[in-house]
Amino acid sequence: MVFTAPVLNYTLLSPILILLGGALIGVLVEAFVSKGLRAITQLSVTLGTLILSLVQVWKIRNEQSLTAAAGSVVIDGPAVLLQASILIIAIISVFVIADTDHFTALAASLPGSDEERHAVQSGNQVTEVYPLTLFAISGMMLFPISSDLITLFVALEMLSLPLYLMAGLSRRRRLASQEAALKYFLLGAFSSAFFLFGMAYLYGYSASVTFAGIRESVVGGSGNDVLLLIGMAFVSIGLLFKVGAVPFHAWSPDVYQGAPTPITGFMAAATKVAAFGAMLRIYYTVFANAQWSWTPLLSAIAIITMLFGSLVAIAQRDVKRMLAYSSIAHAGFLLAGVIALNKAGLDASIFYLFAYGVATVGAFAIVTLVRDAGGEVTDLNRWKGLGKRSPWIATTFAGFLLAFAGIPLTSGFIGKFSIFSAAYESGAKSVVIAGVLSSAIAAFFYIRVIVLMFFTDSVQDGTSVEIPSALTRITIIFSTVVTFALGIYPAPLLSFITNLATFIR
Amino acid sequence: MISNSLVYLIALPLAGAAILLLAGRRSDKWGHLLATALSASSFFVGLYQLSLMLGRSNEQRPISQKLFEWISVGSFKIDAGLMLDQLSICFVLLITGVGTLIHVYSISYMSHDPDRRRFFAFLNLFIAAMLLLVLGDSYLNLYVGWEGVGLASYLLIGFWNQKPAYATASKKAFVMNRVGDMGLSFAIMIAFATMGTVSFTGVKAAVEHTSTAALTGIGIMLLVAATGKSAQFPLQAWLGDAMAGPTPVSALIHAATMVTAGVYLITRSNFIFDAAPTAQLLVVIVGAVTLMFGALIGTAKDDIKKALAASTMSQIGYMILGAGLGPVGYAFAIMHLLTHGFFKAGMFLGAGSVMHGMNDEVNMRKYGALRKFMPITFATFGLGYLAILGVPPFAGFYSKDMIIETAFNSGGIKGIILGSVTLLGASITAFYMTRVMILTFTGKSRWDDQAHPHESPWLMWLPMAILAIGSVTSGYLLSHGNALVNWLSPLFENHGEHEELLSPIVVSGLALTMVAIGVAIAFLKYSRNQVSDVAPENVSIFTRIARQDLLQDRFNESVFMRPGQVLTKILVRTDDSVIDGAVRTVGRAAMGSGASLRGVQSGFVRSYAALILVGAVALIAAIWVVTQ
Repeated sequence: MVFTAPVLNYTLLSPILILLGGALIGVLVEAFVSKGLRAITQLSVTLGTLILSLVQVWKIRNEQSLTAAAGSVVIDGPAVLLQASILIIAIISVFVIADTDHFTALAASLPGSDEERHAVQSGNQVTEVYPLTLFAISGMMLFPISSDLITLFVALEMLSLPLYLMAGLSRRRRLASQEAALKYFLLGAFSSAFFLFGMAYLYGYSASVTFAGIRESVVGGSGNDVLLLIGMAFVSIGLLFKVGAVPFHAWSPDVYQGAPTPITGFMAAATKVAAFGAMLRIYYTVFANAQWSWTPLLSAIAIITMLFGSLVAIAQRDVKRMLAYSSIAHAGFLLAGVIALNKAGLDASIFYLFAYGVATVGAFAIVTLVRDAGGEVTDLNRWKGLGKRSPWIATTFAGFLLAFAGIPLTSGFIGKFSIFSAAYESGAKSVVIAGVLSSAIAAFFYIRVIVLMFFTDSVQDGTSVEIPSALTRITIIFSTVVTFALGIYPAPLLSFITNLATFIR
Repeated sequence: MISNSLVYLIALPLAGAAILLLAGRRSDKWGHLLATALSASSFFVGLYQLSLMLGRSNEQRPISQKLFEWISVGSFKIDAGLMLDQLSICFVLLITGVGTLIHVYSISYMSHDPDRRRFFAFLNLFIAAMLLLVLGDSYLNLYVGWEGVGLASYLLIGFWNQKPAYATASKKAFVMNRVGDMGLSFAIMIAFATMGTVSFTGVKAAVEHTSTAALTGIGIMLLVAATGKSAQFPLQAWLGDAMAGPTPVSALIHAATMVTAGVYLITRSNFIFDAAPTAQLLVVIVGAVTLMFGALIGTAKDDIKKALAASTMSQIGYMILGAGLGPVGYAFAIMHLLTHGFFKAGMFLGAGSVMHGMNDEVNMRKYGALRKFMPITFATFGLGYLAILGVPPFAGFYSKDMIIETAFNSGGIKGIILGSVTLLGASITAFYMTRVMILTFTGKSRWDDQAHPHESPWLMWLPMAILAIGSVTSGYLLSHGNALVNWLSPLFENHGEHEELLSPIVVSGLALTMVAIGVAIAFLKYSRNQVSDVAPENVSIFTRIARQDLLQDRFNESVFMRPGQVLTKILVRTDDSVIDGAVRTVGRAAMGSGASLRGVQSGFVRSYAALILVGAVALIAAIWVVTQ
């Protein structure tokens, strides 16, 4: 047997390779650098890696290649845009993650044990969250550019496994955090099983695991349609689980609430970009010709997801859970972009993902600031009167909520407007109607929080707002500026996306 | 031609407003100086642009600048762009020139006001918005400026909003302007719906393919907009109350610039009105009615600022009438607008100077004999007075006579009616302006005991003097060799020569005679008799009606306000029971369903997994159904 070495285009793969290298350095730092210098070293390595990777992505922005890694990945406009979005979101998330107060001193210790107490008292804070973040990001970067099912699955696990661990790193309420991590892991494994099962069906249908091969069979229409449909359904379940679409969403409120808040923000924003990126590629290129069979199903899921997310969010009393349901509703809105299946839908989805991701990281960054003696305060009743105590923080948070609600002059409005108009053009009227309806419902609970913050008298219960660290401040300011800048003057980004975003096959 | 420096015209004063408002009290010491400097720099940019424009041939003169593509989703595109042509440069120089003089005046006038910085911030904001209004290259960009000046006007009328009456006045101005603004937005919508564009060049090109009905609709809606902003009949009632603002504001916004925006709008839209004769006729009617309306109100006002406001209304009536006379009238309307900008701003500043010396007294019956105490104010005000009367060779003589002449020569019975109205208006103008002069400056003093009249400091009289020079010379300069008419002519379609009913000499003779009659009556009535320092009660019904602004407020109250209030009450009740009821029901239903759906979230991972399984099974089942 002759072994042919695969030809790798290192330039095009460099963004991911840099991240993996940085992550490995992070592991070494964790092992060898003294505890005093560890945190700052890790932070520098992580940020440096991310920025280097972003620079590399910018350099290859006009490249197109189907053969960068022996046909396993594809580099094109959408790939570059999604990777850049993930990296920007990752950078501002790392600024928030850098506040070590959110993370357990020693994740391996039992909650409440002597070991844990010792770790806290000695100040021997472990910082494995940084390399884990980098590993997760490299998986996210690989996910939307995979062009065969095996690579797609590897990328899925690469991004998921670190996230399972990161969800369990909370310093306070560690049991809840660990419970969240375990739930996420079990359900994630369950959905991965569906995904693998679906891969097997698709292989059975087309005798190929590459996107190109499966598409050929779909276009030719020669195979057994039942195999195709079941395969499609099961692969979709794996993806829909990641984006948190109903009925595969159940993990998200519990995990969002249990995970350390900086991780929640990162997860909510970056995972969505990666998972929707992969989904857009699969539906727009591989399954595009089988549109008749999946559009109705996906539309039904989109409608249920929007309505369910918006309705249940109303009943929430916890800000993190509310944002979790809001993120479920947003997953529904984004599905409208997948269903649109036209160029406008692709452009709008990418814009929406970036705008939503940035606003989400900003919103969760603010959640990390509202604390009392025992840590973060996420009970909405205790956010009453925040606008009087900390007008700037409350105003900024209100800005993000308005963006989530899609009020004009915020990025959320432009995102919703463009995604719904794309879906409308493609004839998915029922999805648009449900989308507008649930946007109206959603506005109800976003604005309720604003009313709570500004027009309700505060209770004196020791809830205070931490003065944001310089890094967290950067994140909040950046997110705010982007959210409003994209709302007031979106044209440059929109046209940049329009010019670049074309899938190659 | 493309330029990239137009934006500085707007950016300079806008930056001033932003700095003064954001820096807050820290800029109290130097804010007014910065604002004045920025307004002046904008004026110099305007002069520079004029010099460039003079160096180009007629076709090359208009220049434009695309600022940015504001939004572009699918086929829905909005660009922001500026355009400077022969018409807008006139406005740019008027706005920044008179504006800067009024900035200078205000430094002294407002020097005792603790909020002087805020005042200057609003003045700069106004200048920026007004420049955007005249520089926008589409109706939509104009609309942004249009709303901007409305906002600045609202803020400045209510500048002393600690007095409830002033706050109410600003609200009244704002609400009445909104009615007009609705007209503008309707005009934009119709234009967009029928022509698919809202840029001036686009609309102009599309006019010939558009139905007359649509053009008439657009024209009427533009006229509604103009009546709101320019205080024309039937939306004129706010202007008198707007005098609640500080006097420099009255001079700048409510005499020289903002209230002339309606004239600009109609002149700018000449291609629409030329193609929609019905709308054009309505313009003329509105102008004629308003010029009489304002003049009549002016005869009965004892408040010097309100008398001047009535006169503004009447003079803008002349301009609107001129603009409604079609291609021959546009240039004369603009000429009268420019000369009026000088003499009316000058007179308002004079009124401010009088108030400054008289303890903020505005009642002319408490003035008298001020000539000796305020010689400079008397001289500058007097020159403005001669200008508005149309005495040769002062500015108004050239501009007003042109409009009267054009009105007479507009043909047929229409020409005779319009000509007579404008002549009569000139006579009444002469009457009430003479009355203002006599009551204020001559006769015996009727002051309150606390009044110690004195001349204003040089910072105040210098702008007045410069404006007075303008009121003397601008008419001659603009009409010498048909300067302004030729300058503007490339913008308007010329329909050849018009028939001549009366020659210019005859018109001038008639006008001067009418003016002399008006002046004579005023002299007989006010100079010979002792003027009482309280308004006499036993006056004719006409005087009483004129004192009440020809019942305009009562009309508005009974026709619009009361029915409006009843309608609002009904709507509120409907809203409360039907709409809010529905919303509340939906809200309750949503919360209820949210709460019950929440039950699914049990926290048990096994039930979550089961949910996923159920979802998967449902998907497969659905596929099975679809494929069967």
